[in-house]
Amino acid sequence: MEILFYIAATVTVLATLRVITHVHPVHALLYLVVALIALAFIFYLLGAQFAAALEIIIYGGAIMVLFIFVVMLLGPLAAEQEKSWLTPGAWIGPSILALVLLGEVGYLIAVGDHPVTIVAETQQKAVSIALYGPYIIAVELASMLLLPGLIGAYHLGRRISREDR
Amino acid sequence: MLSTPALVLAIVLFGLGLIGLLSRRNILYMLLSLEIMLNAAALAFIAGGARWGQADGEVMFLFILTLAAAEVSVALGIVLQLSHRFRTVDADALCELRG
Repeated sequence: MEILFYIAATVTVLATLRVITHVHPVHALLYLVVALIALAFIFYLLGAQFAAALEIIIYGGAIMVLFIFVVMLLGPLAAEQEKSWLTPGAWIGPSILALVLLGEVGYLIAVGDHPVTIVAETQQKAVSIALYGPYIIAVELASMLLLPGLIGAYHLGRRISREDR
Repeated sequence: MLSTPALVLAIVLFGLGLIGLLSRRNILYMLLSLEIMLNAAALAFIAGGARWGQADGEVMFLFILTLAAAEVSVALGIVLQLSHRFRTVDADALCELRG
């Protein structure tokens, strides 16, 4: 099972290298999504299934969608390049890396044996009890962090639309 | 035991993110590098939690996720302001303070 980890780690490092060396933001975002999915696979191999699901849903879904919105909103800076951004060739690299990950997941399903037995499985129940037991102050602090985040994003975005009028 | 290679991978990812943050001047790529570094820290926490069989690693992962969501929403608002006022996404354009 360790070979699965090393393949996923290689995919992560390659995709991350392409993120920091790429010129087009949309291509870099595609590679970053692949890197995040590979990292979620590594979380699964380490026995943290819930963290793997959250990594895909929140990082790969919500945060990357925010980045894509902003890249598209940058409009006048990027309008000339947009046609060359999403050429068919742009999908080849991320597709190959994602196919490697798909092969790994297919192998796991075909084998049918959960690989989390290599490490001690952290119980989801224990995570929930710790989160709402000793860490309850940190949960409250996280909610106090999210509210300024919401207000700050609203404030920074609102002034653009007002100046446009 | 996968914890040691996972920690090595976390170090490599953090280094790549740091190199990207220091070498790129496009503020969008600097944010992407920050995300990579946050992910490397999350991987280190998960690996530590798996090594000791404790739940604290995943709890810290949840907090890192919250932090990343709040940071990205504010930072992308700043990117939009930067592109709107200075007509560029170059971080070096913000040099009015001559710091």
